Parts: sequence; structure tokens; C-alpha cells
Amino acid sequence: MRKSSSTTVQELPGSAAYRPTPPPAWRPRTDPAPLLPDPEPFRVLGTAAAAAADPELLLTLYTQLVRGRRYNTQATALTKQGRLAVYPSSTGQEACEVAAALVLREQDWLFPSYRDTLAAVARGLDPVQALTLLRGDWHTGYDPYEHRIAPLCTPLATQLPHAVGLAHAARLKGDDVVALALVGDGGTSEGDFHEALNFAAVWRAPVVFLVQNNGFAISVPLAKQTAAPSLAHKAVGYGMPGRLVDGNDAPAVHQVLSEAVERARSGGGPTLVEAVTYRMDAHTNADDATRYRGDADVETWREHDPILLLERELTARGLLDDGHRRTVADGAEEMAALLRERMNADPVLDPMDLFAEVYAERTGQLGEQADLLRAELAAEAPEATGDPGAGAGGPRGDEGDAR
Amino acid sequence: MTTAMTTAAGTAAPAKPATMAQALRRALRDAMADDPAVHVLGEDVGTLGGVFRITDGLAAEFGDDRCTDTPLAEAGILGAAVGMAMYGLRPVVEMQFDAFAYPAFEQLFSHVARMRNRTRGAMPLPITVRVPYGGGIGGVEHHSDSSEAYYMATPGLQVVTPATVDDAYGLLRAAIASDDPVVFLEPKRLYWSKADWSPDAPAAVAPLGRAAVRRRGSSATLITYGPSVPVCLEAAEAATAEGWDLEVVDLRSLVPFDDETVCASVRRTGRAVVVHEATGFGGPGGEIAARVTERCFHHLEAPVLRVTGFDIPYPPPMLERHHLPGVDRVLDAVARLQWEAAN
Ligand SMILES: Cc1ncc(C[n+]2csc(CCOP(=O)(O)OP(=O)(O)O)c2C)c(N)n1
Repeated sequence: MRKSSSTTVQELPGSAAYRPTPPPAWRPRTDPAPLLPDPEPFRVLGTAAAAAADPELLLTLYTQLVRGRRYNTQATALTKQGRLAVYPSSTGQEACEVAAALVLREQDWLFPSYRDTLAAVARGLDPVQALTLLRGDWHTGYDPYEHRIAPLCTPLATQLPHAVGLAHAARLKGDDVVALALVGDGGTSEGDFHEALNFAAVWRAPVVFLVQNNGFAISVPLAKQTAAPSLAHKAVGYGMPGRLVDGNDAPAVHQVLSEAVERARSGGGPTLVEAVTYRMDAHTNADDATRYRGDADVETWREHDPILLLERELTARGLLDDGHRRTVADGAEEMAALLRERMNADPVLDPMDLFAEVYAERTGQLGEQADLLRAELAAEAPEATGDPGAGAGGPRGDEGDAR
Repeated sequence: MTTAMTTAAGTAAPAKPATMAQALRRALRDAMADDPAVHVLGEDVGTLGGVFRITDGLAAEFGDDRCTDTPLAEAGILGAAVGMAMYGLRPVVEMQFDAFAYPAFEQLFSHVARMRNRTRGAMPLPITVRVPYGGGIGGVEHHSDSSEAYYMATPGLQVVTPATVDDAYGLLRAAIASDDPVVFLEPKRLYWSKADWSPDAPAAVAPLGRAAVRRRGSSATLITYGPSVPVCLEAAEAATAEGWDLEVVDLRSLVPFDDETVCASVRRTGRAVVVHEATGFGGPGGEIAARVTERCFHHLEAPVLRVTGFDIPYPPPMLERHHLPGVDRVLDAVARLQWEAAN
């Protein structure tokens, strides 16, 4: 017979006298109430708040969503043509991806997972560079410092402690930098997720964690992943606020993330945001989603398509007419055509790059192996290696940079 | 060469083409049917049947409690398996990919490997950790690692890797039956390799720790395992044109190591090349070459050579063919075995 209030604990007469007064360090240091997420995901669209939303922001979000969707369908098509080794689509999740990119200032950092190519592109990264990992020509196709985007991370949740460390370091240096880290619902089960959140809260690091809860970790539904009331609730145990947001409501995601980012920037510490959304496509093109979910579920979610929801609002407010809609669609089509064209060219790769950038100074052993490969390549196609033939075997030979 | 097997029941089972993946699935199924203590757990092993479908149908046949989709946490999966084994179960854990097993290393190295020893035999842990490993399938970063050296370097772990459909079945059955933990490395590029194989259980399950001579030869021994076995067999065929008659030894088990079979072969041929796709420096080949040299020095006509992956992080798929040791690189090494002539 449990009651919710601690005052109902039955004490034996006189027993209180034996209870030691807890030293200050034992007492909870934070009142959990303000940390708790609202039970319902925060929404803007379809509520009174929508009328107050900045039209310019709504139109920017709309344009980015449409481009994002087109990017996803184009990248998926490229897998069918064998141009990409694999593509984990974020179709249905574009509102989270786009908002994540838009809430950051130039000096801020994004820590994406393998599914977040779109967030990286929306932040300004060249789409072809963003797809390098998935095409298979190099592991990271860009300089992370150029756009302040960490390498797309494949092992789950391992980027989260990095985000904490970077944000912490920036603060130690007195820089006004926020790190925003993306993770899936499945990733919240990994030890690295817990350790990252704990460090972030203890250090009051300027980090925002965005969980895109898209319902599944490959085949495993959320109910088999966690027994928590929501993923946002997990924040409370670490001592940071948890926020629950409708991940298909672009202005809502934008608002919640903006608040979290500003909170972090102003020294308020980390926030855990859970965006409730849905993965419309299979996990990747290699996955057969019919094994673990029915078409009916997917159809239900089609009614909550982030583009549809925003379009409805914009149309109702007279902010979007057919002409504008066409302009946006044409822009997205142009982007897709350019991407297609650029991805249709075979990347020119130099196998000798395998030995570049393994160490700052190449080891002797790697020099020997480079010689072996150089000889093999020369035997394959004597003219094609472009090898000046100098500096055989020594540290840091003639191959230059890996990229 | 696999012919029709005779099952324990004595009925002849016709051999039909089967893949290594099918043989592994069958081994899990039979082990679960034979022993209610055998439990399978991991990410996506239930409804989906695993990303490689090795556990397909097990949850349907044995229920969610015997074949369990876990939360996504490798340390948690293996740590829970430790507790399950402590309580008398025989957990078979699936790590989804080689490089995603790393979060579980703490449990593996700090507990799984040494529990028998630290409890003076009171608490053995019969856990099988299945790890799809290796490259050659066009996987992006973190999907192609060969991590066997880490496992081999940890006392208390057995490290096993099949190269044939037959062995996939027999060695996995043996691993699950073993009272010590086994890291069972599945060469993923051989998952779809086929052989004529009896779907009924072979009567004898191969004991762990025995190498197999896959090809008889007299002029040199290729010592290899897992995904490199077919490469070596192909190289051996090609080498006949050069007048080389190569023997191919498939280790099957890296720990325990079958010194006897390996050394018997090298003593006869007088020359050896170790072939694997893991990196060479600090890799499995160094240990193997050292053992062979220590035991067969006076029989050797040339140093034991190694043909391995380069000492680099596993490359992206478009460049992996340059990294993986192929037939030509093996043949070049064989040519270098003409030590007397070269020096
Ligand atoms: C440490 C680790 N374990 C396993 C995997 C294999 N894996 C890749 S994606 C995935 C599911 C991830 O689900 P979730 O975190 O919900 O993200 P989503 O893919 O839905 O965006 C798994 C198990 C991995 N990448 N890293």
C-alpha cells in the first residue's frame, strides 16, 4: 500500500530520535519538479501559439523541410542506383534535422549520428561531402572545423560524451559555444548516453541532447527499449531539465531547441529534449521493415507529416500560395538534380591515401606497406598511379593529405 | 568436401546446398532444442531474426524469453549474460557487428574471461559471444573490423572462427556446449557461401582447438582461418601453375591453438605463410609465426612470412580491396619463400 507522499511513512514511536540528520551532501540538491517534462509533447501547430509564430521563421522552416524531404528521397534513389553503399533516411524526421541546424549559431557545434546527414546539410555542409561516408570513399568527407560539425557517428551514443567535452572545453576557454548532440531512441540505452548526461549535468556543460524518438531501433520498438514514462524523463535523474516536443511540428522543435540552446549559452547547463517522431522509411535501404511493423502504422503517421502540418498552418494564415509553393518545390528539385549529377560521377580515389594520416609521422612499417601497394598498383596500370616514385618507404612520404 | 552425414539416429540425411548462415541458424536452433538452458539474446535477434537473419525463427519457436530482443547496450547484454550464466543458463549473445562489440569489452575482459580463474573454478561462465567480423562486404566505417587479436590476447577466452558450412554448425554447437566462454567470430563475407550440407545434425561435433588441413601439399604451408581460407585455397590452386604444391591449414580455433597440426604440416613442407585480414603489426600472425619458429626452426627453409591487412584503421569500402590480402599478395609471399635463391 504505497502512497505518493513521503509523509505517509509510518514511524514507530521514538524511532525518529535514532535517525541521523543527513549531512548536506546527502540531500537532493535540486527540486525535481521543474526538471520534469510535461506529459504531452509541446506543440505549436494547431494551437493558439501558431498564430503568434514569426511568419519568416515558418517560411524558412517550410523551405528547409521541403528541401530536406527532397534530399532524403534523392539520397534513397542513389542507393538504388548503387551510388551510395547505404542511406539511413530521415524521411518523416526532417523537422528535427532542420531545426537542429537552424537553432545553432556559427560558433556552435553539431554532433550528428549516421542518420543526421540532413542536419549537417541544413547547417551548410556540401551534400556530396556529407554523403562521403555513406558512398564509401572516405569515413568523413569534410573538415569538421569548417562548419563545426563532428564526424557523422556510427557507433551509437559515442558522440555524446564528445559533445560534453567540447562544450566543457569551450566554456573553460571562456568561449560562447553550445554543442548540440543528436541521438536516437535506441541510443539512449547505451552506457555512453548515461555517462554523457551525467557529466554534462555535473559540469553544467553548455550542451543540448536531442533524442529523435522515431519509434524503433532497427526492429526494436520503444516499449522494448525503455520502461521510462518518456525518454525526456531520464533527464531528471541526472539533474537536468527534460523537454518533450512533437518532433513533426517544426516550429515547436525549433522553439524548444532554441530555448535549450540559449539556456546552455547563458550558463544554465544542459537540457535533454525528446522529439517524438516516426521513421517513415526502413532503418536503411538494407532493412526490411515489414518484418516488424505494419503498413497501417506508417499510414497513420502520414497524417502527421511535418511538411503537411506546416503547410496547413501557412495556408490557413495566407502565408503560402501556389506560386510560392511551386518556387520552393522548384528550388528543392534543382538541389536534387545537382546532387544527382554530382553523385553520378565516380569519385577519383588514390589508394595510396590509405597510408596518409594514420599518424602525424608515418611509421617505417607503413612506409614498407605503402611500397608494396605502390608496386601492386604500378603492375595493375603502369601509367595510372601518378606516383612520382620518390621517397620510398620513409616517414611521411609523397602521398600528402588523405583528402 | 561434405558428403551425406549419418545422424545420431542413424538415418542418412541427404546433403543439399546450404549457406553458412543457415548452418549457424540450425546450430542455434538445435542447441536450444537440446538444452533448455540455452538462451539467445541481443539487438534485433527476435522479430527481425538478427540483421543477418542468423536467429530467424528462434523467438517464434522458443518464445521471447529464450530468444530476447534486448535494449540497445552491448555492455548490458554481455553483463546480463554473466549473471544469467552465474545462475545456470547458457547464454548465446549476438553482437551486431565487430566494431559494436567494443562497448562490451569491459565485461568481456574484466569478468567473462576471468570468472573461472578468480573463483578458483567455482563459477565458470559458459557464454558464447557471436561476433560477425571482417570486411569484404562493402560495409561503411565500423562494419568490417577484425578484432581477433584483442580476444586472443585475453587469457580465459576461447576464440573460434569457422570457414566452412560444416564447421559453422559443428563449431557453434561445440562453442555453446563448452563450459568456458567462447568468442565465436563469424566471417560475414562467408555468410552466403554455400556447400552441400546435411540439414541434420552431424553426429560428431568438432572439438574446439583442432585445426583442419583443407588441402594437402608438400612445398609450403599456408596457415589461415575464417575469411582468408577460401583466398588461400584459391591461391594454392593458382600456385600449381608455378610448380608450388601448397598445403592449406585452417586453424578454426585461434585459442586454444593447435600447435600439433600446424607444426606437423610445417615440418613436412619446411615453409610457411600466415594469412589473415586483421592488421599485421601486433596481429594474430605474429604469435603464430613465433610459435612455428620456436617449434620448427630446424625444419624451416625460410622465415615464416605474414600476409595481412595493412596497419591502418579499416578503410572505406571503395578502397578495401587494396587492404584485404588477396590471392596475388599470397602468391607473392609464396614466391618470397625461395629464401636461398633470394639471399
Ligand atoms: C554501439 C552500437 N551498437 C549497435 C549498432 C548497430 N545499429 C546501428 S543503428 C541501430 C539502431 C539505432 O536505433 P536508434 O538509436 O533508435 O536510432 P535510429 O536508427 O532509429 O535513428 C543499431 C542497433 C551501432 N551502430 N552501434
